[in-house]
Amino acid sequence: MKHYTRIQDIRQDLEAGLISCAQLVEHYLEREQANRHLNAFVEVWADEARARASEVDAKVQAGTAGRLAGAVIALKDNLSYEGHKVSNSSRILEGYEALFTATSVERLWQEDAILIGRTNCDEFAMGASNENSAFGPVKNAADPTRVPGGSSGGSAVAVQAGMAHASLGTDTGGSIRQPAAFTGLFGSKPTYGLISRWGLLAYASSFDQVGPLTQSLEDNMLLTEIMAGPDGKDASMSQAPAPTYRSAQAPSKARFAVMRQALEHEGMDAEVVAQTKALMAKLEAAGHEVSVFDFPLLDAMVPTYYVLTTAEASSNLSRYSGMMYGYRSPNATDLESTYTLSRTEGFGAEVKRRIMLGTFVLSSDQYDAYYNKAQQVRAVIRQQTDEILASADAILIPTTSTPAFELGEKSKDPVAMYLADLFTVQANLAGNPAISIPLFKNEQGLPIGMQLLGKREEEQSLFDLSKLLVDLVF
Amino acid sequence: MEFEAVIGLEIHIQLQTRSKAFSSDSTEYGAMPNNQVSPISLGHPGTLPKHNIQAIEKAVKMGLALDCSITEVNRYARKNYFYADLPKGYQITQFDTPLCVGGRVPFKPKDGEPKQVRLIRIHMEEDTGKSMHDQDLYDTLVDYNRAGTPLIEVVSEPDIRTGEEAYAFVTEIRRLVRYLDICDGNMEEGSLRCDANISIRPKGQIEFGTKVEVKNMNSISNVKRAIDFEIERQKECILSGQAIIQETRGFNGLNGSTFSMRKKESNNDYRYFPEPDLPPVLMTQSDVERIRQEMPELPGALFNRFTNDYGLSEYDASVLIDDKHSAFYFEAVCRQQNNYKAVANWVTVPVRGYLNEQALGMEDFPLPPESLAELIALVDEGVISHSIASQKLFPALLENPKASARELVESLNLATNTDSSEIEGIVKAVLEQFPDKVQAYQSGKTGLIGLFVGEVMKRSGGKADPKITNQLLQKALQSL
Repeated sequence: MKHYTRIQDIRQDLEAGLISCAQLVEHYLEREQANRHLNAFVEVWADEARARASEVDAKVQAGTAGRLAGAVIALKDNLSYEGHKVSNSSRILEGYEALFTATSVERLWQEDAILIGRTNCDEFAMGASNENSAFGPVKNAADPTRVPGGSSGGSAVAVQAGMAHASLGTDTGGSIRQPAAFTGLFGSKPTYGLISRWGLLAYASSFDQVGPLTQSLEDNMLLTEIMAGPDGKDASMSQAPAPTYRSAQAPSKARFAVMRQALEHEGMDAEVVAQTKALMAKLEAAGHEVSVFDFPLLDAMVPTYYVLTTAEASSNLSRYSGMMYGYRSPNATDLESTYTLSRTEGFGAEVKRRIMLGTFVLSSDQYDAYYNKAQQVRAVIRQQTDEILASADAILIPTTSTPAFELGEKSKDPVAMYLADLFTVQANLAGNPAISIPLFKNEQGLPIGMQLLGKREEEQSLFDLSKLLVDLVF
Repeated sequence: MEFEAVIGLEIHIQLQTRSKAFSSDSTEYGAMPNNQVSPISLGHPGTLPKHNIQAIEKAVKMGLALDCSITEVNRYARKNYFYADLPKGYQITQFDTPLCVGGRVPFKPKDGEPKQVRLIRIHMEEDTGKSMHDQDLYDTLVDYNRAGTPLIEVVSEPDIRTGEEAYAFVTEIRRLVRYLDICDGNMEEGSLRCDANISIRPKGQIEFGTKVEVKNMNSISNVKRAIDFEIERQKECILSGQAIIQETRGFNGLNGSTFSMRKKESNNDYRYFPEPDLPPVLMTQSDVERIRQEMPELPGALFNRFTNDYGLSEYDASVLIDDKHSAFYFEAVCRQQNNYKAVANWVTVPVRGYLNEQALGMEDFPLPPESLAELIALVDEGVISHSIASQKLFPALLENPKASARELVESLNLATNTDSSEIEGIVKAVLEQFPDKVQAYQSGKTGLIGLFVGEVMKRSGGKADPKITNQLLQKALQSL
């Protein structure tokens, strides 16, 4: 089977009768069988995908197929799909089936996407290595001794290893972009409020966004466009009308702002720095403006992010109590023990750590010192980000400070793990769109992603600038 | 030692909206348990709340009715705690930006002076489910139908001093929610709930005593009973040298006492923080003005108008405005009939008597205002007597509310008899029947005229014109 990186190519061949959805589904299912050791999927909906494929094939024949006909897509295990299990890769949701479908998923479905399964992730999307899953770690297909990044690690590897054409992830602090960088994919997080969170199992409500992991920029744009736009079920959304994107066009002259610390911060991988500098030089040589700026609050970003996300998480995860659904401890004897035992046994260590941290920062005697302060810092970060973007079209930074690290390397040191989010949390703190673009590989062949962070609600410009980088490098 | 009680009330009012505060689930009371629920009210993962603008506007009406200032930027907050009837593990409420700030509740306690109680705030929140501890031998059952119902919580300053004042305060609140049509005010069904914070202190002392919170008072009279009991209990405690324990107490309606439910050793930490799923709701000055225009006239304004424009006594006015349907009915009759005093009498006495007898509310009163106006006109025109009107025509109209009063007078032959010769005949017959009374009258017992009039009335079926009857009797007695 020919390898497709763009849905438009699949569509062309479908209409030319060169392939069928049924063949595509069989292909991905075979790949999934062959790559079980990567542990990317929690559940594969093989029979359903096959049935759906023949439905879509019929639509293609009839000329009534939607824009995603032929696109076989995997869903992160924190997106609801009616009648299907969804667990956030946690024991606490054992046996739980979604009663409704996430708006993002519903919109893909309406365009005739074929949903192939749900993918492994860090439990409740908390993690940067996909080692925090109740279903065990996901492995990077480029080197199975290394992590795929997290938390959408399964979604990344499913596409990286050809087990799905594209996937959906969610990004609270980099959970789409960081695994995309580690696996050589395009991964974008749209402006906060562009894509409905209805049906997304919340981690931190004011940060969470759904976004696509794709092999091409075109697919990334298409999936974003289809999912974007107001949804009456999510009050936190932008009320701007749904965007439509034209094909990405590289601007002839663009302004990039590079954060100085990204080139100088301790812990930066030498090859990542070298590639970044080479890219800067190339951009300048091509007549683009590259300026370097200082972002003094860089070191405050990760702490701010963790104070606010754990605060929201501690509240969002209170509903997992063993009362209404999911896991209930068999040892519970009364209300109190139903809560404590179900939650103690149902949540993994990282989730419990974050719930406790969030509970602490919200407690009345710590609230001002942590939560309130972090809200203030968040406002300043947003403002400073806006200031930088007032004189630049996008901020250019490596998505991660290093390529994919080894399994177990950081899992014993939460702080080192938290720093893996160093360059990705800014977009979530400020609500801006950002995309990780698979531009480089290191000497060992591990992917390196470069990140562009653009203005809020200006995804088109972000995609145009992405095209510029892609054209420049390839 | 003389003590003074210091009482603050927290009143939870369920807003009458078709759907819940943050979802489209129905809010109907009395549905089968756990039937009015959706993934949102059950707090399923992936669900998100949505504002119910209808509920917010109703809350604004309450704030305007109580002279509160309305907050422009309304943020919502989460109050976090674990309980079985709280599906999400947090309640969506308001914390630092209550919708309504300040305000006051004027009322007049029974046999007391008019008083105003200041309000601290009115904020919006969602109701919890209902835990039922008495439905099953071993387990507590939970009905989530109520979860997510929009509530407002009215919090008073501790300005209340007696159970009687609390009674009048809650009565006034209930009357207002009914006027505003935002809640049925039914305490038995729990659509209006009252908690009281009660402490006592020696009269003259500024510092507050230790406060006790009393819950579960499911009627206004129980609010008064519970407070009266609690004040006495606290007095006895202090006089016997015991300390008051800060605690939450329940009320036992069967014996009128309060009982300890839980001690408050330290305040719960609810970890309030801004609700990230809901943007703030803006309530601009022009929104507030628009909502104000939609409000009905309130009892205070009606009282002033009824006493000034219609010249009613304060008593009549206050009885009429007790219930908005009576007040509005009164006004509707007055639009056709300018004998306002008579209208007030009819609405407050016979109409009310009929409603009490039938256990109906004024809103169910069958007679259109035009009919009552016509009935009063018939009396005023002398077509029928007052007693015929109240004893014959009014009941006849109630049996046949669509009939015209005038036609009924005709078909039932109720018109006053002004035919002098006919009445003269009756007068003659009556005087002949009571020769001894006639003698007594003539020897000075002129009060007996009443007896003769009554007899004439009786014989005429109440229809003899009283004025003519009187004249003819006087004349006949003199000429005997």
